[in-house]
Amino acid sequence: FPQFHNLQELRHSASLANKVFIQRDYSEGTTCKFQTKFPSELESRIERTLFEDTVKTLNNYYAEAEKIGGQSYLEGCLACATAYLIFLCMETRYEKVLKKIAKYIQEQNEKIYAPRGLLITDPIERGMRVIEISIYEDRGSSGSSSGSSSVSGSTAR
Amino acid sequence: MKNCEYQQIDPQALPTPTPTPPPHHGNDMEKKKEPRRPRRKWEVFPGKNRFYCDGRIIVARQSGVLPLTLGLILVTSGLFFIFDCPFLVKHLTSFIPVIGGVLFVFVLITLLQTSFTDPGILPRATPDEAADIEKQIDNTGNTSYRPPPRTKEVLINQQVVKLKYCFTCKMFRPPRTSHCSLCDNCVERFDHHCPWVGNCVGKRNYRFFYTFIVSLSFLTAFIFGCVTTHLALRAQGGKGLVFALQESPGRYPLVICFFSVWSILGLSGFHTYLVASNLTTNEDVSTQSYIGINGGTSSPHNLNIRIFLCHFSMIDRRGFLPADESAQTGSADIELPTLAAKSEINVVGAAFALQKSPSPVPAPSDCH
Repeated sequence: FPQFHNLQELRHSASLANKVFIQRDYSEGTTCKFQTKFPSELESRIERTLFEDTVKTLNNYYAEAEKIGGQSYLEGCLACATAYLIFLCMETRYEKVLKKIAKYIQEQNEKIYAPRGLLITDPIERGMRVIEISIYEDRGSSGSSSGSSSVSGSTAR
Repeated sequence: MKNCEYQQIDPQALPTPTPTPPPHHGNDMEKKKEPRRPRRKWEVFPGKNRFYCDGRIIVARQSGVLPLTLGLILVTSGLFFIFDCPFLVKHLTSFIPVIGGVLFVFVLITLLQTSFTDPGILPRATPDEAADIEKQIDNTGNTSYRPPPRTKEVLINQQVVKLKYCFTCKMFRPPRTSHCSLCDNCVERFDHHCPWVGNCVGKRNYRFFYTFIVSLSFLTAFIFGCVTTHLALRAQGGKGLVFALQESPGRYPLVICFFSVWSILGLSGFHTYLVASNLTTNEDVSTQSYIGINGGTSSPHNLNIRIFLCHFSMIDRRGFLPADESAQTGSADIELPTLAAKSEINVVGAAFALQKSPSPVPAPSDCH
């Protein structure tokens, strides 16, 4: 598969071939967790362990964000007492973790995924429903695959 | 159609009497620049919402009776402060206006927060995601178009839950999510669309809503009690209750409060029950049982506190569309199906696809 050096190169010299969507894992309830099942489209692109590590780390971050403990109770009570105006100045713990996640994804993209022609989209931009992984291919060799994606795009109607 | 509408909205020209602060001057400047200026995502939002203050404030399309709600609260409290407080301060204690004032401020703030925040709107599926979903459903390989099945069964915590497919948003709704036809959005943990507040009540603004109705119950009961005391005191000192009633304009709050206090108290009680049993109004009236799907190691009670603890908005209203950057780079690295299917790219594709992904999407310049 094509080797890219960084995200910039990916942007300018590759073309989008396909996208894989990692769905939510509801087996343990409605808390935010994604499936760690390795999709077949990525088999030739990235090692299974790297992918699983990424998804597991993301799941841990989300679990940390949604954890309820002393700090969250305090934050909640304080917020209620100030008619929630405190959020004009303060960032909630959840938002802090979301920023950490964004940074983590950026880092993973730069170090691991872009060199392999892949790109992860932050789930928050997809409503926390899916982790979208875009698969890129070297320009010129992608004729048939992008053709098939546009066919599926038009049958989406 | 919707695309055009949002681009032409000039917040200052809108006739709806909402008590929002005047829109940013930045808005005017942005409109007067040449068409290539970067646009914010709220301008291409596909739902039926309206935005003010350059995306900082979001309301449903129809503000419902929000002006009426505000009017009632302001008038009742105003009359109370003007007519009843002086008398009561003289005869009882000066804490009365203080308590009344605090409650009044609380009510007003939480009302505005309920009305103007995003209730937990789920961004619609991008065309790629929608295509992927349909591919998964239609796995017989049949190329003729067939509407996707309406439900998908998922095992949540050993309980089978049916997820419904939303045709407008083109995705399977996560559990406890429902589509509001008035706002044309899927809303997470959808409770109901409240006309009094002019917005949906969902995951993100439930805590504002609950605080609003509870503090409103206190305020209404408080005003009711104070006005009754005032009239009783006047009746004692003067010529009887009837005369006292006729004399003081402070009787109007009494009437309004008398009629509304029961329903508001009832509503607060109902929602307290919902919080305690971890349900939404929508689920309370529906046939499918959702109790237990939030299980796991934590008890149900912990999870209700979540309502008051999280959240964040998933629609990035004030982020910029990457559209103009693509026009400038010029290189055609747009191999997305978007080019082939340009007519079906509703604004969703432009707005929500790819802020991080480097494949830029052309801005939808026409209305459909």
